[in-house]
Amino acid sequence: MTGLSLDLRCQGNSDFALQLECSLPASGITAVYGPSGSGKSTLLDCIAGLRQPQADSVIRFNGETWLDREHALPSWQRRIGYVFQDARLFPHLNVQQNLDYAVARRSAPGSISLPQVIAWLELEALLPRASDTLSAGQKQRVAIGRALLSSPRLLLLDEPLANLDHAARQQCLRCLQRLATELQLPMLYVSHDIEEVSQLADHLLLLDRGRLLEQGPLLDLCSRLDTRLSHEEQAAAILTAQVTRHDSAFNLTELAVDGHTLLVNHLPDAPGQSRRVRIPARDVSICRERPRDSSILNILPVTLCEIEHTEGARLLLRLSLGSQFLLARITRKSAVELRLQVGDPIYAQIKSAALLMEVTDLA
Amino acid sequence: MPLNHAELEAIYLTIALASITTVLLLVLGTPLAWWLSRRRGSVSATVEAIVAMPLILPPTVLGFYLLLLFTPDTALGRLWQQLTGTQLAFSFSALVIGSVVYSLPFVVQPLQAAFQRVPQGLLHAAATLGANPWDQFRSVVLPLTRRSFVTAASLGFAHTVGEFGVVLMIGGNIPGETQVLSIALYDSVESLRFDEAHRLAAGLVVFSFALLFLLYRSNAEHGWRVRA
Repeated sequence: MTGLSLDLRCQGNSDFALQLECSLPASGITAVYGPSGSGKSTLLDCIAGLRQPQADSVIRFNGETWLDREHALPSWQRRIGYVFQDARLFPHLNVQQNLDYAVARRSAPGSISLPQVIAWLELEALLPRASDTLSAGQKQRVAIGRALLSSPRLLLLDEPLANLDHAARQQCLRCLQRLATELQLPMLYVSHDIEEVSQLADHLLLLDRGRLLEQGPLLDLCSRLDTRLSHEEQAAAILTAQVTRHDSAFNLTELAVDGHTLLVNHLPDAPGQSRRVRIPARDVSICRERPRDSSILNILPVTLCEIEHTEGARLLLRLSLGSQFLLARITRKSAVELRLQVGDPIYAQIKSAALLMEVTDLA
Repeated sequence: MPLNHAELEAIYLTIALASITTVLLLVLGTPLAWWLSRRRGSVSATVEAIVAMPLILPPTVLGFYLLLLFTPDTALGRLWQQLTGTQLAFSFSALVIGSVVYSLPFVVQPLQAAFQRVPQGLLHAAATLGANPWDQFRSVVLPLTRRSFVTAASLGFAHTVGEFGVVLMIGGNIPGETQVLSIALYDSVESLRFDEAHRLAAGLVVFSFALLFLLYRSNAEHGWRVRA
């Protein structure tokens, strides 16, 4: 059986106990998302073998048993890579030696070579530096490189970008995105930042107070009305779009989403490249008719496919745009006055400013 | 003024005793200090208290009990007699055992403190990179605590050179076998050979100062801290 199957019970650092049972895909990036103290790091430590869960816990990876009642495979034999929030470079070794440390101990020759890692993560200039002279972003890049060089079968990342400033965060995100597409290496990515998650993850695991709330493909989960995720203030749908052309006269870029056109701030990407676009539910409004003479650029014909039932002032709508989905948060009063019904063809207005900002952030 | 034969013998014996003791202390003290540095509980507190006892007990108390333990009436004494054919009490071997006990805290405490400063997170990182526990110790802990090993060895050596009460109780005053420097000095004073006593006493003062000076200077240069 492929994938990571977990049946865990473990006392966490705070007052909760981690308790979850699930199977995760052995490919792509799985984000573990939840508020601080929801057991995300505890989960990663259990998978890495750095923390001993209760006796009846089971961990299996691609058919190999890492933990069951009889035995526990020690960390150093699990062949995992772990990127910690605080990098944890060895202070007595320079960057080159930190990387060599991993190479010297890998049990399989591995598909990733030292020159590749140095090129990918732009480490060349850092190699002779002492590890405590690096900036947080540089340290984290070295830590990612070191983890990759141990030729892991599974890469665990525990909020690796949390201590980084914006520019360093963007650089690391780009590195991780490139790694995810170029290496066939499954990653488990812990984060409490939905932006990061939206940009990177294929699969999502939602945790709260040690319990599994939801799991599934990210794009599905984000557009469902019945999850905790879609009720957060920053709830947003994620669309995949292709860059079609640049409108240099107005400094805009045209994206295609299932045959529809989205205009966003100028992106550096070449036409044909794929992009994720995050559209916050609060920035989407609804019209029966296509508005004319509007300053809003992005008005898309959609089909209303679900209306949230609630007694609150606001409700969520799920709108289909081709095979993808948008979320809209509107007042219940508007929904009643517009006599919205499931199946209605309507128009979604996406406030450009919000959309542009989100896209720039994702870039 | 050249040293006489008895003095040279005492110096040789002292250096031999301190060297053997230091090696044994590093071999025994390192795992003990490591174990203590990773444990918190009443068992480890008990062991810590026992290790620290020689710091506050009068050496004569320690020597007295060790002497009782070394006599051929006890299991240890009998076993020793059977294995080696000689008596343990009043032998050089007894001095080595006594010195190991007596100087134990001077080696274990600096090592334990150094080990505690090594962040557990670094060992976790090493483990996920494929390092087994021995490898983690060798490749991470040892390089980060190297200076504390120098400190521990120096203190253990110097303290063993300076011991008197324990040696007197379990070793007596046998030239060439158990008459170390401090005993020889005591012997000289007792028999009113003050110039001989001066040579030995001043020599010990100079030696101790030089060792500690070198140790503290090198620690000041390199810093004590483990950088994390």
